[in-house]
Amino acid sequence: MSVNWSKYSAPQAFYPLAGRLIPWFAIVAVALMGVGLYMGFFVAPTDFQQGESYRIIFVHVPAAWMSMFLYVVMAVWAGIGMGLNARLSYMMAQAIAPTGAMFTFLALLTGAMWGKPTWGAWWVWDARLTSELLLLFQYAGIMLLRTSIDDTRRADRSSAVFALVGVVNVPIIYFSVQWWNTLHQGASVSMATGSKMASTMLLAMLIMTVAFWLYSIAVILARVRCIMAERESLSVWDEQTAVIQDAAEAR
Amino acid sequence: MQWGSASEFFAMGGYGLYVWTSFAATASCMIWEVLALWRRRAAIRAEHQARLLGGIDETAA
Repeated sequence: MSVNWSKYSAPQAFYPLAGRLIPWFAIVAVALMGVGLYMGFFVAPTDFQQGESYRIIFVHVPAAWMSMFLYVVMAVWAGIGMGLNARLSYMMAQAIAPTGAMFTFLALLTGAMWGKPTWGAWWVWDARLTSELLLLFQYAGIMLLRTSIDDTRRADRSSAVFALVGVVNVPIIYFSVQWWNTLHQGASVSMATGSKMASTMLLAMLIMTVAFWLYSIAVILARVRCIMAERESLSVWDEQTAVIQDAAEAR
Repeated sequence: MQWGSASEFFAMGGYGLYVWTSFAATASCMIWEVLALWRRRAAIRAEHQARLLGGIDETAA
């Protein structure tokens, strides 16, 4: 009896592994969201300047951080895909884009919800807001470019180039509050100066960030499994349908 | 804890509309994303099983 070793090469091993990891990331994400929301609404004090409106921070900042972080991770996978011509890397990049776009949209929306009571405007053409809006267009452009190209290999490469070129916008977003005189406030948490927030506020925000991060991992793994199954036949990866296939072949 | 009553909590010091819209939008997006992936996966499974058990010829398409 010969063993089909190619069956255990990277993507084939990755598909069931991702399937086993998803529930764990999801459970911990939901648990941390519960803790983060409890701390954010019941433990963190009222802000002395902004009153209760500041509580938007517990979704705004994690969403904004994820929007930038996911873009960088997507660009890294795209780069690995191009460098090694690895299909799984391209699929990872493809799987990240919708979640990144969603967090960018949420960062902008919750930002508008915070801007209206704080600045008196839903939107201003400020460097931080404008560069974040550009990030949303980048995600949308990458996703549209992919759907507009029928050939999967060309779609992979084209969207990878787009993702890599666009990564320059991420430091622009991050440092925009320092480089330009923006209406948007500066970083409340920075590596250089530490935190300017009350410790319970900071803790709630960090817990929500970790929760959003784990949520992102869970949905991205679920999406990459869908992409793998759509590109190749599902039976290549999936144990359950492989059993059905064996049964069908035995008939 | 700074809330005297449930209505005080929902009012969010007069910023209820902004705070709750933010949290509701975030929750809705996340739930929608999970449900969309659930449906996508179910569609892949259903198509594949129909192909295997229903005798649809894969080369026909």
